Amino acid sequence: MARFGMVIDTKKCVGCMDCVVACKTENDVPDRFNRDWIVQDVRGKNPDLQMEIRSERCNHCDKPPCVYCCPTGASHLHDLGGVVLVTHDMCIGCKACLAACPYDARFIHPDGYADKCTFCIHRIEKGLDPACVSVCPAHCMNFGDLDDPNSRVSKLLNSRKNHSIMPEAGTSPRIFYLV
Amino acid sequence: MNEYTTTRHNELVDPSLHIWGWEIPVYLFVGGLVAGMMIITGYFLFKGKYKDSACVCRVLPLLGMIILSAGMLALFFDLDHKLYTWRLYTTFKFASPMSWGAWILIVVYPVMIASFLINVPEYFSKKYPWMNKISLKLGEHKYAIKNIGVINMLLGGLLGIYTGVLLSALGARPLWNSSMLWLLFLVSGLSAASAFVHMVAKRADERELLAKADNGFLILEMFVIALFIIGMVTSTKVHNESALVLLSGIYAPVFWVFVVGLGIVIPLIMQLLAVNHKIKHTPIAPIMVIVGGLILRFVIVYAGQYTHWADAAF
Repeated sequence: MARFGMVIDTKKCVGCMDCVVACKTENDVPDRFNRDWIVQDVRGKNPDLQMEIRSERCNHCDKPPCVYCCPTGASHLHDLGGVVLVTHDMCIGCKACLAACPYDARFIHPDGYADKCTFCIHRIEKGLDPACVSVCPAHCMNFGDLDDPNSRVSKLLNSRKNHSIMPEAGTSPRIFYLV
Repeated sequence: MNEYTTTRHNELVDPSLHIWGWEIPVYLFVGGLVAGMMIITGYFLFKGKYKDSACVCRVLPLLGMIILSAGMLALFFDLDHKLYTWRLYTTFKFASPMSWGAWILIVVYPVMIASFLINVPEYFSKKYPWMNKISLKLGEHKYAIKNIGVINMLLGGLLGIYTGVLLSALGARPLWNSSMLWLLFLVSGLSAASAFVHMVAKRADERELLAKADNGFLILEMFVIALFIIGMVTSTKVHNESALVLLSGIYAPVFWVFVVGLGIVIPLIMQLLAVNHKIKHTPIAPIMVIVGGLILRFVIVYAGQYTHWADAAF
């Protein structure tokens, strides 16, 4: 079975926010909310500074606390690639999943249900890349099956130094950043 | 030195999580209070004290149902997709404390109704004679009443414990991620319930017993708070930082003054003096205990939302 994930090259990312705009357009994300966002992480002491620009979103964790804590089963792992999804008409808006997510990737949609990145499930079902990946002008984003050793994401992870965000939170995130 | 900027500005999530307002702390407090009331009712039923017409266990089930219903209404206010609330009862999710809670709340009502029917207050028995008939039938089975008492204590315990587990299962908020939280909420619920029952009880010996019990619970609560904080301080960096929110951070004044000082220490001193007949019993100490218990839920829910794993990276 596939296990979808992303590999994002921080050496190529320029933080243009095309991925953010593409997501908002593709998924009709309402005002005041984002399913993906850009983080600038600057570390070190002047003048020895290091900056990492990251396009962040739901990590579609292997061990998703948002799915475990959901009292109705609205939050679930989809059969296709283990994508973490929310069934809108099962969600009661209790917000337990928002509290459970160490990445704060979720929000409450103005219509009342919990909403988040879906890896553009409607696109990947057709074999397309998620909207954010397909528009990236720097070609820094890669989407694919982490369990397939021949996929582009697996090859990149095997060949380049990389890290995920806050693996210490214990959720086994599936988005990796090349450094 | 790190500098971190994000373009995410999601309502209720940034700059720090604030998804739960007054509804959840109020509900968690009410859950704990009613849990304590059920345990006290169960104790009196088990001990056979219900035979006395002045026993407080005659009014507690009805009061419990009213208070718990008000708390559940607060919980309902918090839901953002209200039309789909029934979805809670089409499934049971073993890993979700909230699912456990939804079902515990359903099971609690029949037990409280049964406890209510053991001794129907006069007002109802005159208006609805059929209640009296059930009451008389139940009175013939002493062991059934004892069992209802035991079930009251067990379910009360479950209800009180779940309100803490609900938060401690959310590992993304380090302050909640403590295995002491269920005990803290259970003991706080028991002390608030003792204080409440102390005020509504008519019999002097019951009032005295509950004041003494409350003193015990308050002392225990102080130990649990100490262990809760020691557990945080001796854990990982994110847990250390979340403990600082209570020890010296923005929630420290309200925590130490209103929860520990005015909610535990001062009423404990007052009640210790009262049970030793140095001063008279007044409603002041019990009210302080109850308000302190409510503020404890507010502090834990608000401060917990303020703490975060990502802080470790900053």
